[in-house]
Amino acid sequence: MAPHTPPPLGAPRQSRDAPRPRDASGAPLLEVTNLTKHFVVRRGALGWSTGLVRAVDSVSFEIPAGSTLGLVGESGCGKTTTSKLILALEKPTAGSIRFEGREVSTLGGEGERAYRRSVQAVFQDPYASLDPRMRVGAIVAEPLVINTDLDAAGRHRRVAELLDLVGLPERAATLYPHEFSGGQRQRIAIARALALSPKLVVLDEPVSALDVSIRAQILNLLMDLQRRLRVSYLFIAHDLAAVAHMSRTIAVMYLGKLVEVGDADAVALAPKHPYTKALFSAALPIDFDRPPDEVTLSGEVPSPLAPPGGCRFHPRCPFAMPHCATDEPVLRPESGRLVACHLY
Amino acid sequence: MPAVIDVRDLRTHIVTRWGTIKAVDGVSFALGEGETLGLVGESGSGKSMTCLSIVRLVPRPAARIVGGGVLLDGDDLLTKTDDEMQRIRGRKVAMILQDPMSSLNPVFSIGMQMREPLAMYHGLRGRAVVARAAELLASVSIPAPAARLRAFPHQLSGGMRQRVVGAMAIAGPPRLLMADEPTTSLDLTIQAQYLGLLKELQQRHRFAMIFVTHNLGIVARTCDRVAVMYAGRIVEIGPVRRIFTQPAHPYTRALLESIPRFGARRERLAAIAGQPPDLATLAAGCAFAPRCPAAFDRCVEAPPETEVVPGHATRCWLHVPA
Repeated sequence: MAPHTPPPLGAPRQSRDAPRPRDASGAPLLEVTNLTKHFVVRRGALGWSTGLVRAVDSVSFEIPAGSTLGLVGESGCGKTTTSKLILALEKPTAGSIRFEGREVSTLGGEGERAYRRSVQAVFQDPYASLDPRMRVGAIVAEPLVINTDLDAAGRHRRVAELLDLVGLPERAATLYPHEFSGGQRQRIAIARALALSPKLVVLDEPVSALDVSIRAQILNLLMDLQRRLRVSYLFIAHDLAAVAHMSRTIAVMYLGKLVEVGDADAVALAPKHPYTKALFSAALPIDFDRPPDEVTLSGEVPSPLAPPGGCRFHPRCPFAMPHCATDEPVLRPESGRLVACHLY
Repeated sequence: MPAVIDVRDLRTHIVTRWGTIKAVDGVSFALGEGETLGLVGESGSGKSMTCLSIVRLVPRPAARIVGGGVLLDGDDLLTKTDDEMQRIRGRKVAMILQDPMSSLNPVFSIGMQMREPLAMYHGLRGRAVVARAAELLASVSIPAPAARLRAFPHQLSGGMRQRVVGAMAIAGPPRLLMADEPTTSLDLTIQAQYLGLLKELQQRHRFAMIFVTHNLGIVARTCDRVAVMYAGRIVEIGPVRRIFTQPAHPYTRALLESIPRFGARRERLAAIAGQPPDLATLAAGCAFAPRCPAAFDRCVEAPPETEVVPGHATRCWLHVPA
């Protein structure tokens, strides 16, 4: 088992246990095909199965090296389950996740450990994700202790390098998380996520818990880091303008299904799916003289235990047609993106 | 148009071990019937404390309203007795908070909770209470209102719970409704529904509304005027359109520029440097000066409120004639 040593920052990436990243040929870093996760709902003392939640249902997308995929949708739509599947915290029911061309579920042993090192996460609440009893230096060094054979001096150097990378002074390493503001804590969480030089970072609502004036600082930092380190992001957020700003591609989820996937500008500025239209019409108008077409939805998100037949969105859709209740639309190309809607 | 609510130089201080915090430091604004004021600012800027001061619900004994006036239809709430205030809260001034579960009691059915204010304030008894409660639920578009009265809060979705809170808020009907981040806990498509509902209720009952949020998109869509708070003071106040298109205060301008917008992608955002101020160690003078790109020597003194154009005022030395 070859111990993993992170390459120096900014140096070209050398992958020792996988084929070289195929980013030169444009092939994706991460390729998700028909990914499906069902949860069996058990109730009562006997634990009999009483239902099935199709949390993620046949979802396909890809993330090229150095690029960002924005995943948007309301709570319960399957965003977080998708991110857990990618982080290998849940096992998929069906479908495949390919990383650098290799199927993740068949990696096993050292291959899987290498995968877990390559895929890291930053979560919403930096107050919950940092251990209050550990000094910042120890927090950032923890992945290095577990995954590398760096000695104390080497870890110390690496921690200083990482703190500098996220814009924190070196002396931050000796302090505790409570001595930092929310934005600075999120910088610490980012430094920890980058400790092992991952190729993909899952950003699950990374700025939602921060003050408005601090959000731009963190979004800028994430973009600078991507440019310098060529790291890919899976960016999950409620703030659609932030997602559109950060992402190259946007995927919109509704009740476990992707309803629209495409270039971020196309999806944000000219959404096609009625659900995407409704989501994006809630964002800040750019121009007071030209308010965006507003689509306000009626009703609530149905229970994922009993999703509606046909198109899952049809009971709330202002443009629903009779066959929307019976035929399930598939993702089809439309105006330069993929849309799952019978209107097109 | 006579003002429904006229807040004059309101000051609320919090006494802590580390010193006195001026949480609300000379806040003034007035609102007419059917008018909505958006109160924006970062956490700790004094938005919520301003609202709590208006209904005199500041956490005592640490926090104390030390000065100013709160005139509701010309009547100063700060001179009322506690009993008089109790009759005003919930009836003439209503509040909707961020988390509906903090307003609803989990062990009582919706009907039970709605009964209390209806019996207390309106003297309704028996069937009339139930009928009025069902009517209120129907007015916030809750389907099958009579059946919902028997439901408990946990049986309702977040959006439904917030509608129930809305129904209780308009029971008065109030003269002033304060909504403190009412849609932050709701899903995006439900947010839009709820904002539409609040607007509809306002048109029907003509109450003045104070809308506390840090979401500028919501302000642009729902408010007539906006007040930007920083470190306990209103640094800029004016009509929404004017503030969004011609902000006068450097903080407002920086805030608007720091927000990602559609169509302006993959450029660096204009981030505001530094951290939000610590109110316990606030120096005299303009609180934004340490982060302000346009700060100059006069900023060590607190800037007075200056009118840029009629109806649009700011607290910044850049706009004070020399």
